[in-house]
Amino acid sequence: MSEQQNTQNIVEVTDLCKYFRVSRKATLKAVDHVTLSIRRGETLGLVGESGCGKTTCGRTMIRLYEPTSGTVKFNGKDISKLSGKELLQFKKDAQIIFQDPYASLDPRMTIGEIITEGMNVHYRYSEEEKRKRVHELLNRVGLTADYANRFAHELSGGQRQRIGIARALAVNPQFIVCDEPISALDVSIQAQVVNLLIRLQKEDQLTYLFISHDLAMVKHISDRVGVMYLGNLVELASNVELYDHPLHPYTKALISAIPTADPEEDMSSKQIKLEGEVPSPINPPDGCRFCQRCRYACEQCRKETPVLREVQPGHFVACHRCEELDQSQKK
Amino acid sequence: MEPILEVKDLHVSFNTYAGEVKAVRGVSFTLNKGETLAFVGESGCGKTVTAKAILRLLKPPFAEIKEGSEIRYQGQDVVHMDKKTLSNYRGEEVSMIFQDPMTSLNPTMKIGKQIMESLKIHKHLNKEQARKEAIELLRLVNIPSPETRVDSYPHELSGGMRQRVMIAIALACSPSILIADEPTTALDVTIQIQIMDLLKDLKTKLGTAIILVTHDLGVVANFADRVQVMYAGQVLERGTTREIFQDSRHPYTWALLSSVPTLAKESKQELYALKGTPPDLILPLNHCPFAARCEHCMQICKEQMPPETVLSETHKVSCWLQHPDAPRTITFHGKEARS
Repeated sequence: MSEQQNTQNIVEVTDLCKYFRVSRKATLKAVDHVTLSIRRGETLGLVGESGCGKTTCGRTMIRLYEPTSGTVKFNGKDISKLSGKELLQFKKDAQIIFQDPYASLDPRMTIGEIITEGMNVHYRYSEEEKRKRVHELLNRVGLTADYANRFAHELSGGQRQRIGIARALAVNPQFIVCDEPISALDVSIQAQVVNLLIRLQKEDQLTYLFISHDLAMVKHISDRVGVMYLGNLVELASNVELYDHPLHPYTKALISAIPTADPEEDMSSKQIKLEGEVPSPINPPDGCRFCQRCRYACEQCRKETPVLREVQPGHFVACHRCEELDQSQKK
Repeated sequence: MEPILEVKDLHVSFNTYAGEVKAVRGVSFTLNKGETLAFVGESGCGKTVTAKAILRLLKPPFAEIKEGSEIRYQGQDVVHMDKKTLSNYRGEEVSMIFQDPMTSLNPTMKIGKQIMESLKIHKHLNKEQARKEAIELLRLVNIPSPETRVDSYPHELSGGMRQRVMIAIALACSPSILIADEPTTALDVTIQIQIMDLLKDLKTKLGTAIILVTHDLGVVANFADRVQVMYAGQVLERGTTREIFQDSRHPYTWALLSSVPTLAKESKQELYALKGTPPDLILPLNHCPFAARCEHCMQICKEQMPPETVLSETHKVSCWLQHPDAPRTITFHGKEARS
């Protein structure tokens, strides 16, 4: 990659692995050799079934976990080597919105205290400035200033998630990891929160990593989308390309499984049904992780782990046979 | 079409310290033999409470089915059923799959034993017969190697498998009505398809009528025959799946349909988002419950409850926009609201 391209990328993840030791013999490979980059100002969606490592990947990117191997570069600097002032600056620039708005707010703190906690570390505001800033943040996320004196238990799920967003925005970050921010919410509330995230991104030129298992929502909010399966990134492409022209057999199955809200459409004709379930990520076998459920699996797939490669400009796939399959389907 | 379950003017209240929460306010519907009826709505709209009331699973005195409510299963009065008939009715006639397969199975019992439990009680089978039957049921719900799985504990199974076990338990006594309360909400998409396919198969194989409680419109479109849209304990609109998805007449249904992103919609555009919150169910309600959040709200909407307008034999809507004096409105589907 040239020097210029490097400055466009806010986050660069190279060969990232995060393993958890479960017992003396067993290792859970939550994230296994993932390489991706996030451009400044874009939203990268990360989808996959539960247990595929999307959340671990997101958390490692902002150093909530130390990687087992591989590097994460933020604004060109390796985050695991940061210390002192640089580390503090990184923690201000990279923020996270958690999945469960019921568990991620301290029940004994007022909303005002929750929002100012980060500010106290990074800025030297006077009490007056702080109060002003809290009010401004609450207004930005669509709540009124009097919420500052309330407690989390007084709020509904959607309101709590707004507080989670306000807390992340409080320190003026550049990059926010949105870890399933809407999956705990009702449909109509989901739309509100997603609209808010899109609006804030436009206003502040934020970069998002949007982690979700809701494929339709990810398509709606993302510029590019990555698909994970059992710790591996199996496909990465622009939003339109991935949904219109998926190449990996797993992505195809995932996309065909989205139920459409249209009774006329005959789901069963286009559905690709996957047999079985996601195998355990503890001591996974060699070869392609998907080969047990893949109907196109061949000898090579069982032996060699496919590497993510650029099949078309900007379209990365980790599959030995994707070109061959794509050709035969066109015919 | 033969009606199997009739619910008339169902009112359910919860007695809390804050006051009486009227969770279900006059719900009426009929379920026909072998059909799938979906209850759709946001959380707190009374869909699960209605489902539980059908099984009389609500615990008095905390919860109470109000006087005048009527639930009839093949002519039998369910509301005033005595304990013995009720225990036969539950499980044998009507059974339920709960939302969360992780918590609704007993973690200390082998799954075989949990399936056998109701077989022994209702079908009076002995241990050996019940075990055989349990293995058959596990095979029916597509669990691989049922002979060994029958001795597994729930924690040894994945989420999808646990939901299959739940379905096997519910089907043990071949009920005529199966109530599925958000059967796929806790599951991944690829597993969701497998479970919905299984339910579809069983429906054709066994002729069971299904009440599907869900907030996922995608699942409803692909699975249900009829839909009723619920809000604040009331049914606002009901119709066949096609009528609801292609010619809905209630602004709340439009809001639900337009707030979900679809693969066809343009990215990064504003999604339609409902403003405000559902009404407080403690307070009395004598006007349209959706009035405060409705874009088409008129003076009368805040004053009187709209009557149910019959649009076709199956399609009914409770909305003042159907009144001959209401202004012309274009629906979500781009048609005239009033025909």
